[in-house]
Amino acid sequence: MEHLELFFKSIFIDNMVFATFLGMCSYLAVSKKVATAVGLGAAVIFVLAVTVPLNWLLDQYILKDGALVWLGPEYAAYDLSFLSFIMFIATIATMVQLVEIIVEKFSPSLYNSLGIFLPLIAVNCAILGGSLFMQSREIPSLGLALTYGVGSGIGWFLAILAIAAIREKIRYSSVPPALRGLGITFIITGLMAIGFMSFGGMLTGGDEEVKPVKETEAIVEKVQEKVEKEEIAKNTKTIK
Amino acid sequence: MGLLSKKDTALLTDPLADNNPITIQVLGICSALAITAELKASIVMAVSVLFVLGLGNVVISLMRNIIPSKIRIIVQLIVVATLVIIVDLVLKAFAYELSKTLSVFVGLIITNCIIMGRFEAFALGNGPWRAFLDGIGNAVGYGVILIVVGFFRELLGSGTLLGFKVLGDPIEKSGLYSIGYENNGFMLLSPMALIVVGILIWIQRSRNTSLIEEN
Repeated sequence: MEHLELFFKSIFIDNMVFATFLGMCSYLAVSKKVATAVGLGAAVIFVLAVTVPLNWLLDQYILKDGALVWLGPEYAAYDLSFLSFIMFIATIATMVQLVEIIVEKFSPSLYNSLGIFLPLIAVNCAILGGSLFMQSREIPSLGLALTYGVGSGIGWFLAILAIAAIREKIRYSSVPPALRGLGITFIITGLMAIGFMSFGGMLTGGDEEVKPVKETEAIVEKVQEKVEKEEIAKNTKTIK
Repeated sequence: MGLLSKKDTALLTDPLADNNPITIQVLGICSALAITAELKASIVMAVSVLFVLGLGNVVISLMRNIIPSKIRIIVQLIVVATLVIIVDLVLKAFAYELSKTLSVFVGLIITNCIIMGRFEAFALGNGPWRAFLDGIGNAVGYGVILIVVGFFRELLGSGTLLGFKVLGDPIEKSGLYSIGYENNGFMLLSPMALIVVGILIWIQRSRNTSLIEEN
C-alpha cells in the first residue's frame, strides 16, 4: 500500500515536470516528435530506476549524519552530507556511462533507439533532482526509493509524451507568430500543469483542501527549526 | 570601457536580450521557474548562478588544453559541483531560511543547462578573460528573466516585494485593498511561472520579429 501510494504520488501529484519543473531543458528541446520523445522518456525511467536506489544506498551508508557508524563506533560523529552533490552527480555520470556500455553490448537494437539520448541524460535535471528529492524527503527504505525512481520516471515520460503529441498537432493551427515554437510550448505546459494540479486531491479523498495542510506543516517545521537554532545558539554560548 | 574591446562588450550584452539564455537559447529553465514565487529567492538564485558560471567558465577555460575530450563532461560536472557546494554552504551559513526555501534547487544548479552549455560552447575554446565575460553576460541574462518573473509573481500573488507590503495590508484593508483589490493567489502556484515566461517570450518576439520561429 505504501508503495502504491508513493508510486501514484510521484507520477501525478509530484510530477517532475508539472510540479517541480525538473528536466525542462530536454523536455522543451526533444519534444518535437513523439518517437524521439518516447526514446528519451524510456531512457529517463531506466536511469532514474537505477540511480535513485543507488544514491539512496550512498546516502544511507556514507553521507548521512552518523551513517559511517557501520565502520565502527568511532566514526559515528562524521557528517559527510555536504559531499552529497558531488557524490550524486558522480554516481549518475558513471551509471549513465555504464548503462550505455551494457546496453550497447547486450541489446544493440535498444541501444540504437536509446543510444543518442543516454549521454544527454547525465545532465538532465530530472535525474539529479530525483536523487536530491529522495534525500530531502527522507525516503525510508531501498524498495521505496526504487518505487520513487520508477514513479518519477514514468511521470516525466507521460509529460514529454503529452507535449510531443500536442506539438505535432499544433503545427496545423494558426498560432500568433511571436508565440510560435517556444512561447506556445511554455503556455501549453502551464495549462497542463494546472490540469495536473487537480490530481492533488487524489490521495486525500478530494474533499479536504491539500494546500493549507502543507502550509501548516511548513510553519511547524519553521518553528521547530527556530527552536533548534535557538538551542544551538544557547549551547554555543554556554560553551563559550 | 577602455578595458573592453568591442567584441568583449558584445559578449557581455548579447545574452541580455537577443541571445538570452532562457527565452532564446532555452537553457536553464529547470531551476528558473520553481523558485520565482518570491523576488528574494530569485535574486539569490541569480547571484548564485552568476558566481558559479563566472568562476566555472574561468576554471574550465584555464584547463581547456589539458582536459581529454572523452571525459570532459565528468570534469565539467566536478568543477560545477565543487562551486555549487561552496554556494550551498555559504547560503546555509548566512541565509538559513532562504536556503530552506531554495531546498534542492541550489543543488540543481549543477545540472543547470546554461552552465554546461556555456562550458561546452564557449569556455572550452576561449581564453579565461573572454570566458569570464561570457559567463557573466549569460548569468546576468538569466538573472534578469528570473528577477522579472519573480517581481511579477510576488507583486501580483502576495502583494509584497522582498517581503515589504507595497500594495497595503490585506488584513487591515489598507492601501489598494481598501478599494476591493484581492491578491491573485494563483500567481504563487507553479503553472503561472510557465505562463509568465511564455508571455515574456511573446513580448520579446513581437518587438524583435527576426526571432520568430517556424511553427
